[in-house]
Amino acid sequence: MNSRALRRTALIAAVASTSALVLAGCSGGGGTAAGGGDEEVTLTVATFNDFGYTDELLNAYTAEHPNVKIVHNRAAKSNDARANYFQKLGKSGLADIEAIEVDWLPEVMKYSDLLAPVPQDLQSRWLDWKVKAATDASGNLIGYGTDIGPEAICYRADLFEAAGLPSDPAEVAAALEGDWSTYFEMGDKYVAATGKPFFDSAGSVYQGMINQVEAAYENPDSGEITATTNPDVKKIYGMTLDAAKTQSAHFEQWSTDWYAGMANGAFATLSCPGWMLTQIEGNAPEVAGWKIADTFPNGGGNWGGSYLTVPGNGAHVAEAQALADWLTSPEQQVKFFQQAGTFPSQVDALKAPELLASTNAYFGDAPIGEIFTKRAEAVSVTPFKGEYYFQVNDAMQKALTRVESNTQDAQTSWDQWVSQVDAIG
Amino acid sequence: MTTTLQPPVTPAASAADGPPARSPRRVGFGSKLSAWDLKLSPYLYISPFFLLFIVTGLFPILYTGVISFMDWDQIRGSGTFVGFDQYAYVLSQPAFWDALRNTFSIFVLSTVPQLLLAVFIAAMLDQNIRAKTLWRMGVLVPYVMAPVAVALIFSNMFGDQYGIINTLLGRIGLPGVGWHSDAFASHIAIATMVNFRWTGYNTLILLAAMQAVPREYYEAATVDGAGKIRQFFSITLPSLKPTLIFVIITSTIGGLQIFDEPRMFDQSGTGGSDNQWLTISLYLYNLGWGEWNFGRAAALAWILFLIILAIGAVNLFISRSLVRDEGSRDGLSRAQRRAAARAAKQRLAESTGKVARS
Repeated sequence: MNSRALRRTALIAAVASTSALVLAGCSGGGGTAAGGGDEEVTLTVATFNDFGYTDELLNAYTAEHPNVKIVHNRAAKSNDARANYFQKLGKSGLADIEAIEVDWLPEVMKYSDLLAPVPQDLQSRWLDWKVKAATDASGNLIGYGTDIGPEAICYRADLFEAAGLPSDPAEVAAALEGDWSTYFEMGDKYVAATGKPFFDSAGSVYQGMINQVEAAYENPDSGEITATTNPDVKKIYGMTLDAAKTQSAHFEQWSTDWYAGMANGAFATLSCPGWMLTQIEGNAPEVAGWKIADTFPNGGGNWGGSYLTVPGNGAHVAEAQALADWLTSPEQQVKFFQQAGTFPSQVDALKAPELLASTNAYFGDAPIGEIFTKRAEAVSVTPFKGEYYFQVNDAMQKALTRVESNTQDAQTSWDQWVSQVDAIG
Repeated sequence: MTTTLQPPVTPAASAADGPPARSPRRVGFGSKLSAWDLKLSPYLYISPFFLLFIVTGLFPILYTGVISFMDWDQIRGSGTFVGFDQYAYVLSQPAFWDALRNTFSIFVLSTVPQLLLAVFIAAMLDQNIRAKTLWRMGVLVPYVMAPVAVALIFSNMFGDQYGIINTLLGRIGLPGVGWHSDAFASHIAIATMVNFRWTGYNTLILLAAMQAVPREYYEAATVDGAGKIRQFFSITLPSLKPTLIFVIITSTIGGLQIFDEPRMFDQSGTGGSDNQWLTISLYLYNLGWGEWNFGRAAALAWILFLIILAIGAVNLFISRSLVRDEGSRDGLSRAQRRAAARAAKQRLAESTGKVARS
C-alpha cells in the first residue's frame, strides 16, 4: 500500500478526530475533564523467547492499575520479532511496548526518533554500558533495559568425572581460570580421555570470544566496516576452528540436533548466559549432570540481553511508558529472573537480597544469583555494535558452520566471508 | 445440436413500439437506460475482479518497479533514485546465482517425480475399487496440512545427527547424509516435503480429467484385445494432455516461487551456510526482511517476475505444439483451418462473380 496515501488518510483521520474532540469538548461544556488516568486502556506487550512475563506477574500490575489491561504477545524467535518490528516501525501495528534484542539494537538506533525516549530521571537505574548502547546522538535513551547476558560456563559434572577431570563447580571454576587457551587445553584433556566433543559448536565459542573484543567489526567513530582487516577477528576465527577440529560437536546453534545434544551428552560444556539456563533445563529435563561453574575464559563476557521500546506513534504512549517503567523496575526484574533466568540490568537489582539468594535446583542448587552477579561484574568490555553488526556476524556464523559441516576448509570459508562482507553496505 | 440465437427483446424496445399514449420523453430515457444497461452491465459484472486486481495486483507490481530503482528506506518511506544499481548489485551477487541454481534444481526434483506419481496414483484411483471416495479424499490429506507443520515433521526426519533417516542408514552400516551441508541432499529433502504436500492435489486434478475420458474408448479397446497398460498409454495419457499442461504450468509457477519449505528447513531460515538451499524467493526475503534493503529486494522481485514470464513463454510454446489438435473436430491446426477458410471465401467470391483478391 502506498505509504504516502496511508499517511494522508491517517492525517485526515487524525485531523477529523481531533476536531471532533475539540467540538465535543466545546459543546460538552462542564462535562468530565478530558484525559486522566482512569480511562480503560489495553496495552499490548510484544516479546520473544522467554522474558518471564507470566500472566501471574503481569496481573500484579493490573491489580495496582485496574483500568489497564495487558495483552502479552510472545514470538517464538527473536528473528520473527525483528522482522515484525521493522516492517511496522514508523507505520502502525506495533504493540504499545516492543521488546528488542541487543544484536539488532544498532539498526533500531537509526530510527531512534520514531521511539518515545525514556524519561531522564530513570536513566541512573541501569548499568552504564546498558544505557550507553541505547542512547542516540541527541542524547535520548530509547530502550528500557531488561536483561543482560553475563556468561558463565555450564558443564556436565558426570561427564567430567568420567573423563577424570574435576567435577565440583568450585574446582572446575578454578581449573578454568585463565584465558581461552586454558579452556581449550581442558578440552584436549577431555577429548583424549573420552573421545567425545568438549563444546557444542564453533559458533558459540566464537560468540563468547568476539563479545570480548571492543570494536570487532566496525569503527566506532566512522561506522566503517573493519571486520575483514581486524587482526583480532582473524585470530579468533583461527583459534576457534583449530580447537573445533577435535573438540566441537559440530552442531549449529538452535538446531534440533543442538537441543537434542544437550540431553544426549553430545558435548560437555556450553557458554552459559543467564537465559541459557531455561534452554538447558527445558531441553534436557532428564539429565542430572548439568552444573554451572562461576568462571568464563578471559574474564567476563556478555551475550545478548534486551530492551523494551515504546513506539512514539502508539495510541497510549504515556501509559505504555509507565508500564515499561514498571516492567524494568528492579523489583520486577528480580522476579522475572527467578522465572526465566533473564539477568537484571539494574544497579539496584544486582544488590537485591532475593537475587543474591536465588538458587537453581536443576543445576544442583547452584547459587545462580550470586554467580551471575559476579559474572556481570567481571564484564569489562562493552563491544561496539554498529549498523552492520547483525549482517556481518550472521555471515561469520555461516562461515564457521561451513567449516564445521566440512563444506569448505577454513581459508576458503574465510575468503567467502570477506567477499560477503565487502558486498554489505 | 444447433441453437438459433436471436437478439434479446428488451422491455424498453417493445415500449418504443407500444401505443403512442406514453410520453416520448420517458420512453426515450427508458430506452437510453436499457441501452446503457446492455452496454455497461457486462463490464460492471466483471469489474470487481479488475478493480481488485488494480488495487492488490497491478499497483504493487508498479510500486515495486519504482522502488527497484531507488535506495529505499522502507521505514521512513523515502528513497533516492539510483537507476539500475540495484539490478546490477543483485546480478553480481554469487548468492543470486546459487539461488537460481537451487530454485531450478528443487523445481525439477519436485515437479517430475510428483507428476509421475500423481498420474500413477490417479490411474489407480480410476479403477473400480471399494470405498472410492475414501481413497480419493485420502490423497488430499497431506495438502490440508500446514506447510510449517510439514516442515517440522520432516526436519526431524532429515536431522544431520539425530534424524530418523540418518539413524536408519546408520543401522544398516551406511554413512549418514549431510542434509544440511550438501546442496543436492538438501534439495532432495526439500523436494520431498513439496512432493508430500502437492502430489495428492495434482492427483485429484488428473483423476477428474481421467473420469472425463469416454468409457466407450476403453470398451472398444478391450474388444480389440488391448491390455490395461496398452489402454493407459494409448487412451488415458493422450486424453490427459491439456490437463497435464495445466498442472505443469501451475507447478512451474509454484516451483519458481518456493519459499515455505526452504525457509523452514533449518532454524535460521536463511538458506544454509553456503546458500545450499537458498531459493530466489528466500533470497528476496533475506534482502528485504533480513537486510532491510527494499530497493535490492524489489529489483530481485522484478528479475523473478521476468524469469517467470520467460518460463511461461516457453511453457506456452511447448503446450501449443503439444495440444495443436485439441478442441478442434477435424484434426486440423489453426493455420490449416484459417487457410481452409480463406480458400472457401475465395471460392465463394469467384462463384458470385466478384473479382478475387490476390
